[in-house]
Amino acid sequence: MKRIAGIFLAALVVASVASAQALLINGAGATFPYPIYSKWFDEYHKNNGNIQINYQSVGSGAGIKQVTAGTVDFGASDGPMNDEQLKAFQDQHGFGILHFPTVLGAVVPTYNIPGVTGALNFTPEALAGIFLGKITKWNDPAIAGANQGVSLPSAEIVVVHRSDGSGTTYVWTDYLSKVSTEWKDKVGKGTSVNWPVGLGGKGNEGVTGQIKNAPNSIGYVELIYAVSNNIPYGSVKNSSGAFVKADLASVSAAAAAAAKTIPEDFRVSITDPASKTAYPIASFTWLLMPAKFSDVGKRDALKGFLKWMLADGQNYAEQLSYAKLPKEVIAKEKKALDSIQ
Amino acid sequence: MAATTTVSSASPIPGSRSFLSRLREGDEIARVVTFLFAASVVLVTALLIFALWQGSALARHKFGLHFFATRVWDPVFDQFGALPFIYGTLITAVVSLVIAVPLGIGAAIFLAELAPARVSDTLEFFIDLLAAVPSVIYGLLGVFIVVPLMRDYLQPGLKNTLGFLPLFSGPAYGVGFLTAGIVLAIMVIPYIISVSREVLLSVPRDQREAALSLGSTRWEATWKVVVPFARTGIMGSIFLALARALGETMAVTMVIGNTPTISASLFSPGYTIAAVIANEFTEATGDLYLGALIELGLVLFLLTFILNGLARLLMVVTAQRGSSRAHA
Repeated sequence: MKRIAGIFLAALVVASVASAQALLINGAGATFPYPIYSKWFDEYHKNNGNIQINYQSVGSGAGIKQVTAGTVDFGASDGPMNDEQLKAFQDQHGFGILHFPTVLGAVVPTYNIPGVTGALNFTPEALAGIFLGKITKWNDPAIAGANQGVSLPSAEIVVVHRSDGSGTTYVWTDYLSKVSTEWKDKVGKGTSVNWPVGLGGKGNEGVTGQIKNAPNSIGYVELIYAVSNNIPYGSVKNSSGAFVKADLASVSAAAAAAAKTIPEDFRVSITDPASKTAYPIASFTWLLMPAKFSDVGKRDALKGFLKWMLADGQNYAEQLSYAKLPKEVIAKEKKALDSIQ
Repeated sequence: MAATTTVSSASPIPGSRSFLSRLREGDEIARVVTFLFAASVVLVTALLIFALWQGSALARHKFGLHFFATRVWDPVFDQFGALPFIYGTLITAVVSLVIAVPLGIGAAIFLAELAPARVSDTLEFFIDLLAAVPSVIYGLLGVFIVVPLMRDYLQPGLKNTLGFLPLFSGPAYGVGFLTAGIVLAIMVIPYIISVSREVLLSVPRDQREAALSLGSTRWEATWKVVVPFARTGIMGSIFLALARALGETMAVTMVIGNTPTISASLFSPGYTIAAVIANEFTEATGDLYLGALIELGLVLFLLTFILNGLARLLMVVTAQRGSSRAHA
């Protein structure tokens, strides 16, 4: 008995000594940027051995909750915090929470129609109509009109959406809300919505699985997921009338288009931007930082990390299929960094 | 460790020793420690209810009893109702039991009464193995095998033969209540077989011999004497299966279609309480939204509580009837 207790005690002492050596910073939030965040924190730790950043990909909602409650040092979210949430924090603490865009992601329509192999073109009206349940057949003029030369079947469309709350759903519904007033009024945007039609699949893999399983189906997945799993996806017509297929360049273009008018707090939706080359269903993902730290060491470490992330860190984005931040946004963020106290 | 030795050599007259000596010999320590262990069960249950009750306060005040009657689940406009999820939870559990109970009990009877001991023991090994398979594996089995089979063969087949029933109407997506029920049935059958077999094996030998000596056939002895004798235990196995079916999350969410619908058709996609909590909890941003999800947890707890209570009641009633018949 005594020996076991002794071993436990020794293990405890060793663990606490080991953790005392590095400055430990905790963050939590969105799952979508998790691959690049873990790469960043890992690389940053290699260069700055005394700083260890832990990140738990518990979801955007939980990220916002935890940073608000102060249980983590920073949060991360695929959708910006809303005014109420920010005000509640401001009222309680006397300082706000700052948003820092890190990388960009995009959401693409993917489908499985027997006999159709090429990439389809989708107009905003067609996508909204399909997901509202108003366009029910693949050969509907709203779809066929944009796909001359493709023979679309008169089969019923099976709609597939995410069943789990997700930033992917947020971006998708944010886009549909912008291009369709009916969608905005009836469904709205959110990490989960009350879908008018369709089946739910859990995660990108659940949606893809459902689409593979059901002929004549359509759904939406993250661009990264579609690219890394060789899933065919369609082009979407942007606000300038061009059909654009999502790739890193067209997603960055969407951010660049929005960069000129980006607000000081970076809380901006960049879906459906005014640009000829932009893919219209894209979004920033954000780190959420309290504007004031009581622990100066943590503050300086996080500021140092953000500076590195905006410079060298961006170079890791494309190998992991995330689109880089445009230069204008990086310059603005560097300025905003100074306001962290 | 020390306690067990002293207990076996304990004085035959309890109470004849002082509290201190009992303490020294370990009796008292063992009593207190084991009591605390037993009490922790009650404590955990109480904490569970407390946490769910606290967490759902906002939603309970906002929706009241309407929560149970509302069919809408709209996180954007903050409208939440539990009805489609309660419906889906009950329907999938019922479908799974309708399939699993006859199969499970039939198999248990074969293993306990008819199969040679070696066959029975070997099969029992596999059954225990099946009971220990993680549910996500069953979910994968569902996605890759059951769903395509349902969509291409079983659902069209049922539609062509029994399509006049509302139960088997509507488009065949492959996913839905029926598929979830079937996957759940596959998951709970091992429980029913394993427990029922043990119970059947524990029926005293003289019961069988008495029946056989009165001239009944092997099957009559099994069906009319052994099975009724073991009825309480078999019921127990069914309720264990029911509890698992009600709370199963992963495998169900992979095959049910995750759409809050109330439909008479078993082909329709649906949703269960456990599945929606698992799906939406991490990204639930609003306080009311989170509260509604926690209240769903409370509802599931209540549902399990009520069904367990009913099960107990049923067991008590049948046990009384069984024993009164035995004594008559």
